[in-house]
Amino acid sequence: MAAPALNHIGLARDSYKGVASTLCAGCGHNSITNHVIKALYELGVEPHLLAKMSGIGCSSKTPAYFVERAHGFNGVHGRMPSLTTGAQLANRKLIMLGVSGDGDTASIGLGQFMHMIRRNVDCTYIVEDNGTYGLTKGQFSATADVGSVQKKGTVNAFLPIDPCAVALTLGCSFVARSFSGDGKQLVPLLKAALAHRGTAVLDVISPCVTFNDHDGSTKSYAYIKDHEEELQDVSFIPYFEEIEVDYEPGTTTDVRLHDGSHLRLHKLAQDHDPSDRLGAIRLLEEGRSRGQLVTGLVYLDETMEDFATREHLPERPLHSLGEAELRPSREEFDALMGSLA
Amino acid sequence: MLPTVNDLTFQAATVNGSGSQSANMVLTRAIFSLGIPVAPKNVFPSNIEGLPTWYQLRVTTQGYQARKGDPDVLVALNPATWRQDLEQVRPGAAVIHQHLYSTADARTDVDYFPVPFTKLAKTEIQNDTLRKQLTNLIYVGVVAGLLEVPFEAIQEGIRRTFPTKPGAWQANEDAARIGFKYWHENFSAHERRHVLRPLTGLTDSQILLEGNQAAALGCIMGGCTVAAWYPITPSSSVCENLAAYADRYRLDKATGERRIAIVQAEDELAALGMAIGAGWAGARAMTSTSGPGISLMAEFSGLAYYAEIPVVIFDIQRIGPSTGLPTRTSQGDLAFIYTLSHGDTKHLVLLPGTVAECYEFAQTAFDLADRFQTPVFVLSDLDLGMNLWMSPQLQYPERPFDRGKVLTKDDLDRLEGEWGRYQDVDGDAVTYRTLPGTEHARAAYFTRGSGHDELARYTESPEAYAANMDRLARKLETARAAMPAPVVETADSAQIGVIAFGSTDAAVVEAREDLREQGLEFSYLRVRALPLSPSLVDFVAAHERIYVIEQNRDGQLYDLIRLELPSQLVGRLRSIRHYDGRPVTAESLSRPLLELEAVPV
Repeated sequence: MAAPALNHIGLARDSYKGVASTLCAGCGHNSITNHVIKALYELGVEPHLLAKMSGIGCSSKTPAYFVERAHGFNGVHGRMPSLTTGAQLANRKLIMLGVSGDGDTASIGLGQFMHMIRRNVDCTYIVEDNGTYGLTKGQFSATADVGSVQKKGTVNAFLPIDPCAVALTLGCSFVARSFSGDGKQLVPLLKAALAHRGTAVLDVISPCVTFNDHDGSTKSYAYIKDHEEELQDVSFIPYFEEIEVDYEPGTTTDVRLHDGSHLRLHKLAQDHDPSDRLGAIRLLEEGRSRGQLVTGLVYLDETMEDFATREHLPERPLHSLGEAELRPSREEFDALMGSLA
Repeated sequence: MLPTVNDLTFQAATVNGSGSQSANMVLTRAIFSLGIPVAPKNVFPSNIEGLPTWYQLRVTTQGYQARKGDPDVLVALNPATWRQDLEQVRPGAAVIHQHLYSTADARTDVDYFPVPFTKLAKTEIQNDTLRKQLTNLIYVGVVAGLLEVPFEAIQEGIRRTFPTKPGAWQANEDAARIGFKYWHENFSAHERRHVLRPLTGLTDSQILLEGNQAAALGCIMGGCTVAAWYPITPSSSVCENLAAYADRYRLDKATGERRIAIVQAEDELAALGMAIGAGWAGARAMTSTSGPGISLMAEFSGLAYYAEIPVVIFDIQRIGPSTGLPTRTSQGDLAFIYTLSHGDTKHLVLLPGTVAECYEFAQTAFDLADRFQTPVFVLSDLDLGMNLWMSPQLQYPERPFDRGKVLTKDDLDRLEGEWGRYQDVDGDAVTYRTLPGTEHARAAYFTRGSGHDELARYTESPEAYAANMDRLARKLETARAAMPAPVVETADSAQIGVIAFGSTDAAVVEAREDLREQGLEFSYLRVRALPLSPSLVDFVAAHERIYVIEQNRDGQLYDLIRLELPSQLVGRLRSIRHYDGRPVTAESLSRPLLELEAVPV
């Protein structure tokens, strides 16, 4: 048997596996997990530097299903962003990968989601978006479309919250949408999100096979296959690979990420410039009015400073700082006491 | 009659937002500069401008730090409360007031000193923009005249109040001199009942600082590197002071690099979440809040307890429930904090009783949190946190940080066999953790607030759940022995004992002297942590009657003690409670104690 292929840091794909999934067979989340594994393997992420973060819900269970050799933190419902923020500040070297769901992000966690974006915390934030509460047996989430029909027949009356639109209005530095079944698009987007320094929001539509994959659902496989509109054909070139020159003027955009890797966007029907925030908002709104899901890289700003950089934190982990670096000297302390007399 | 020397209570009744606070500070620091012990208390409204506020300054040679009910000297500058303020002073008090306030039909057992403050300010203070604030300095000058405080002391007080703004010294001095002159021109013939005289030896190595400032300095010395907080009275000044100290001691001026992250979070949920995330990643992390914020932190506190993540949480208590009285003091969070979270939970709680302990326990908290991998609460209150207290100088820490059981890459290299995040290999119920980023194939584990086994794997196994909960209970017992021991002062042959905690200490110390003079001796035990020390049982056993004194309605410490006592001792306990939002006075302890002593067991 041939030896398994190794990535550029010498690890096989199996090194990025986790424990077996306990989600329903056919769950879109399982597909996303596989794409995450592929993206991490191909990027050559050091497992020990990865920090897998999540909240509560089906989606939030998935960090256990990839990269067992990375620390993981399955926190409380809707509060993953604050845990991620704290961990990132404590150790800037960590590659923060957050997995959340639509309930975890758009309902109970909307506040923390928004403030994480506002601070541009360096992390990849995946919303595994199925428009339903799976673990509590199929209630609507805040991303469910108006007119969406529950399995029991209840019709959703409320307008959906679009995580991408929310992220855009807050000036999120990386906004993308994809579909769990579209590895060709999702894997390069995941790699780009991981290479990006700042908050990268990836809304991944992920049909719930048990509660939300029927004719009345706007997040079913069939609906998405019929209504998805790809913005670009995305490819990702990591920093350690040479870029071949094959520009076709007018149809290809090459975006350089902070670490030297490149995201290459081959234009499809839309002529969308991912640096145009207003254009991105218009694109999402137009897609929504046509009942279409726009997928691809919606917006990217590589110039914005991430939170830890703006806080001027040292590159090394804060836990490595000792007494000498954290306590003022005796002389300084005595001077302070003198001033309090 | 000769005037009393260095024993009086001064009270300024003003309107908040008028700038009286700096004037009060000048007076306080002026008196302190004469070597006279001071104890300031600020009773202020939850408001920015226009509501009544009171500042009390107590002067005693004993250095008593507790509030006192009835002032000897009143400065009345609030027309809305003038009559009530007047009712509260002691017979014979000196009442300095706006000359327009009518004293007709008012008390005749006090001395009135009408001063035309507004007119003096208008005619004698040239600075239009600062006139309102500087008007307050006029009363500082009048009080200095009344109490025979040398004007040089006022000048020193001004310099100490505005150490970094020498440009403001002259204007303040001029304004104070207006009042000083007015006193001498109009009232100098008056026979004084109270005077202040310089002292030596009573304030040597003493400093003045607020508990929140001391706690912030404790965080710096304790190695805190991440702080996340949401503004709330009376805790905001913990992180504000921390930020100021960080600018001084944690900033590399050459590179701009900061060795601490201080984040103003979007709410208290996120504040604690950030601190826990940072603690998980190995930083010494804290948050600081008060009652409403503590309520919001219940969920994350449970996570940190169950997933065993170090974090330090300061609760600067104020009156609850709900919004309560946001600017008034309380000890009402004790029972809530101890078991904060749904499910079986018990936390480590430190109970500083002095500003020096605010400083010391902030450092202890980080050590305990790392050592026991759990949230550690530091329970202070508004009185301790926001008032200036006289304190011995703080000590530079001699001990290195206790980072607890953290396995490094090298440790893991040496380790034979399996490593389990929640395996009790040492028999003390405290397990080993690794930090994210540790470069070792076996370093990783999965942290979760859901059921987990010794290897940190998800489980719903009844046995694994119960075993883990039992270990957490044992861990609390290990921690119990490591918590700061109670401070015990035994009086020979005393039949009664008093138990108190936190800022109540100041009033107990004074009540003890008062009652001793009346022939009643008591022993005193000050609780400094939860879980309670086993030595508490011995203290109760050694006295016939025990008074548990605290600043809440329900006798929360009284209840917690009763739960831990053998049944035959429970009947010895009696409860004294003070809960009107003002700092407790010695008299409000000694009076009920004497009344209860008259009641047979």
